[in-house]
Amino acid sequence: MSSSVLFDAPGPKTVARHRIYTVVSVVVLVAMVAYAIWALYDAGQLEYELWEPFVTPDYIEYILVDGLLQTLKMAFFSIIFAVVFGLVFGVAKLSDHGWVRWPAWLVVEFFRAVPVLLLMVFTFFLLAIGNGPLTSFWCVVIALTLYNGSVLAEVFRAGINAVPRGQAEAAYAIGMRKSQVMTSVLLPQAVKIMLPAIISQMVVALKDTSLGYYILAPGLTAVAKPIYLEFGNQVPTAIVITGIYVAVNLVLTWIATIVQKRLVGEKKVLDVPMVGPAPSGNATAL
Amino acid sequence: MDAVFSNFDEYLKAFGLTIGLFVVSGIASLVLGTILAVLRVGPVSILNKAASLYVTLFRNTPLLMIFVFIFIAMPVLGYNFKVVENIEIAGYNVSAFFFRACLALTLYTSAFVCEAMRSGVNAVPLGQAEAGRAIGLTFSQSMTLVILPQATRAVIPPMTSVMIALAKNTSVAAAFGLAEATATMRGFTNDNADERIGIFLFFAIGYIVVVEVISLSSYLVERKVRVAR
Repeated sequence: MSSSVLFDAPGPKTVARHRIYTVVSVVVLVAMVAYAIWALYDAGQLEYELWEPFVTPDYIEYILVDGLLQTLKMAFFSIIFAVVFGLVFGVAKLSDHGWVRWPAWLVVEFFRAVPVLLLMVFTFFLLAIGNGPLTSFWCVVIALTLYNGSVLAEVFRAGINAVPRGQAEAAYAIGMRKSQVMTSVLLPQAVKIMLPAIISQMVVALKDTSLGYYILAPGLTAVAKPIYLEFGNQVPTAIVITGIYVAVNLVLTWIATIVQKRLVGEKKVLDVPMVGPAPSGNATAL
Repeated sequence: MDAVFSNFDEYLKAFGLTIGLFVVSGIASLVLGTILAVLRVGPVSILNKAASLYVTLFRNTPLLMIFVFIFIAMPVLGYNFKVVENIEIAGYNVSAFFFRACLALTLYTSAFVCEAMRSGVNAVPLGQAEAGRAIGLTFSQSMTLVILPQATRAVIPPMTSVMIALAKNTSVAAAFGLAEATATMRGFTNDNADERIGIFLFFAIGYIVVVEVISLSSYLVERKVRVAR
């Protein structure tokens, strides 16, 4: 019971007081939900006609094929490319050669600090607009690859550094070359540590595909507009599309938890600082 | 380059709006996130569940969909937040667009702030609180003297990440008619397509400066509160 840092195990008086708090907060929460439903009802948003497209097979197919499938494809391609990008730059950041390390550092820091949407707009104007060679689908993929790849580069670097020192030292001691140490000793062990972080990055990538809305890319956010323009059902559409995103993300998070349990066990989740090589000494160790 | 230099005041105005969005929604989401974190770690289990539901829901929703809710769905329900346009602060009228963008950013970011706060509290070893109680400190004493000082230190790095993400997320407001940096960059590029690379780099540098200022100030704060152990 006393698993919390904040409180001692409650005595009988406190338990009684907490019971009152519970009743009050249940009443408040129920009132909030009831008000939200009443507001929807009052505005006529619970009418069957407004929800009809979401039980009509043609529209379900439209949402799933033109929306969800495109979104998943964008997320899939960008995460695959991002893993490659992250692997290359993550290893390059650990290089012994300054002329490899510093450019890699610059690229990674640049793409981590720039908003994804700015990157998307730029790739859109550079490669897609007019009669550019690519569609906006691929502009989203490129922008997400650059951003998520840079984040993953940092994940890879942290993962490789998380492999115990003795492993690399032992490998050097038996006469392995630098590339051998990396590919046959460090990376196989690091991948195990990094897999959950990579999967949670997939959640980020999936959420960010929605930004393609601004550069007219396909996807779930793009199918929403024609539906609510035709039926005038802005609120139901937003609820349904958000629901799909949340459901897919929860599935991904669930997979990440399983992988974490299977491969890493109870050890701490890999901690990756957002910017820079964590200037603070003991802060990340806390 | 001419495109940026000849419209430099617009460039500054755009980043002014970006920073305005960041500061207002940053403070608001710190407040809301702290309230959520208190509910999340507090003793009432139903409030724990409600706060954790909020966090799960908003963390897994794309920010763009929250903007869609606020900008497209809410007006249908009669909430267009036009009332804020009557409020005047230091001679400026608050625009409903600005208010709505801040609302969306706050709802989204507060979920992450709550998680950062919670991880900070969880980083304090259980023995610290037990030792505090053992020597007879009251609840408020053990909070202010033992737990919160340690939790604050642990909270700074994840909170910095959240704030940096918020600064970058203000760009989503571009898709909903706010002339902040990303929208202005798009406008500039539209008018001067041959200078698009230079324009992009200029705006990217603007964002990098904002991000670096945030991480530098967090570094300074962290150095200030650090203790030897």
